[in-house]
Amino acid sequence: MIDYSKILSDTVQSIKPSGIRKFFDIAATMDDVISLGVGEPDFQTPWSVRKAGITSLEKGKTKYTSNSGLELLRQEISNYIDRKCGVNYDPKHEILISVGGSEAIDATLRAIITPGDEVIIPQPSYVCYEPITQLCGGVPVIIETLAENDFKVTPEQLKAAISDKTKALILPYPCNPTGAIMEKADLEALAQILRDTNILVISDEIYSELTFAENSHVSIASIDGMRERTVIVNGFSKTFSMTGWRLGFACGPQEIIAQVTKIHQFAIMCAPTTSQYAAIEALRNCDEAVADMKAEYNRRRRLIVDGFNKAGLTCREPKGAFYAFPCIKSTGLTSEEFCEKLLEAKHVAVVPGTAFGRGGEGFVRASYCYSTEHIIEALRRIEEFVKEING
Amino acid sequence: MRNELLKLLSQNARYTVEQLATMLSVTPEAVAAEIETLEKEGVVCGYKTVIDWEKVDATSVSAIIELNVVPKADLGFEEVAQKVASYPEVEAVYLMSGGYDLNVVVKGKNLHDVARFVARELATIDSVTSTATHFVMRRYKEMDVKLCEGEPDDRGTYLL
Ligand SMILES: Cc1ncc(COP(=O)(O)O)c(C=O)c1O
Repeated sequence: MIDYSKILSDTVQSIKPSGIRKFFDIAATMDDVISLGVGEPDFQTPWSVRKAGITSLEKGKTKYTSNSGLELLRQEISNYIDRKCGVNYDPKHEILISVGGSEAIDATLRAIITPGDEVIIPQPSYVCYEPITQLCGGVPVIIETLAENDFKVTPEQLKAAISDKTKALILPYPCNPTGAIMEKADLEALAQILRDTNILVISDEIYSELTFAENSHVSIASIDGMRERTVIVNGFSKTFSMTGWRLGFACGPQEIIAQVTKIHQFAIMCAPTTSQYAAIEALRNCDEAVADMKAEYNRRRRLIVDGFNKAGLTCREPKGAFYAFPCIKSTGLTSEEFCEKLLEAKHVAVVPGTAFGRGGEGFVRASYCYSTEHIIEALRRIEEFVKEING
Repeated sequence: MRNELLKLLSQNARYTVEQLATMLSVTPEAVAAEIETLEKEGVVCGYKTVIDWEKVDATSVSAIIELNVVPKADLGFEEVAQKVASYPEVEAVYLMSGGYDLNVVVKGKNLHDVARFVARELATIDSVTSTATHFVMRRYKEMDVKLCEGEPDDRGTYLL
């Protein structure tokens, strides 16, 4: 008999599988489940983008690209980030095209962590930062962001988390699952602390296009003195409804991007070629499609926030991304109990806040990547559920 | 608000005033007033339901009829278009550019019914010079709504 626990690395075995998997397996067995669980757009990739992908295939563009990605696409990304964030990156040396934002996060962390290094991770947040840090031998240092601070990282929290082992700060805003954003003044306050350090900021801005006040996304790289200590991670998944194309990018100082590219070169070779051709079209000609999707998200966002509050579950206004993060403490249930019971009783699936790390207890995440009719029905059932719980 | 409201109503006429107000971030009173204005101005002309009749009554048929018409000196196509539009059998009338003049959508209980209507009523109108009848075989989409089963949502439910 082979003992696989002797084969698998201690680190990988110490990482617990995502707890909600089991929960959604139950949901998958029910046939009339109304889900608000999914974290990807329901919209189709804009047709012109799909067509650009098809055209590239017809033309036989089916080879590897350069390791960093198509030069034309890097140029378009450079223009785009300049236009949106006001930061300029040299397409030749400061941009890497990756397999989703995911790979950019992974490769960047691998490029910087020496075992024992600490990485500061605000939570509740997207689930990948902590396990990837651990896989690199890094030590996650968690900042628990609070509802009363609108789930922002405060300067005091950052100061308290920094030690002489701190290698990086993950800045996941606009935030999945809280919908929080960091405004310019909030970022200035963090920059104040970071400016004279050797700490790298990995700014996961995958939802940069989904903020609901005019021009409200600010990249920390645009703050004085921060460009040289920031890697921006972004991608096509959320903005252009391109999750399945697996395309993202990292922008940062040449010294870092060169090493991240080295990892990418050995581990991945290059991002999918078809997707890269499609992405050029996305950056060039899809402002209107993005604006339309955003307007639709905004209507759904208002509907869902209003619905939760009417159901008696306090829900702050999420300023970005496409999630509502209502507080369920008034029901007296834990997040997991709430989700399990809601699924059982009303066949509605939402994600327990605890799936997103510390600070998630007492909250659930509801995605509004669904049609308004679907959201209205889900909210109706949730309101019923809360009434029944509260007697 | 007007254009966004119209867009929402065209998607789903059964949104409540409260739901519309929430989505548009205005008061329910403002939505109600705007809808009333739109109705008065004749911008909103009616509210109907999209029905897949095949599921209810498989024998009823629709046809699209191309009419060629001699326009009247002073009224152009107006008079004949209005006359055609006034038949209850007629669902829609459009003045067309290109190969023919009026596009008429007719609904009937069966093929005969429609054929008889075209022959007796439309073809006999003075200024109509010719008709060409095309029966609808199957409907896939009606008023922006897909009638055949939609694609299932195949997004992975456990994705974060
Ligand atoms: C905050 C955040 N970062 C990164 C990702 C990964 O996205 P990609 O498809 O670009 O790998 C997600 C996906 O849910 C996310 O929510």
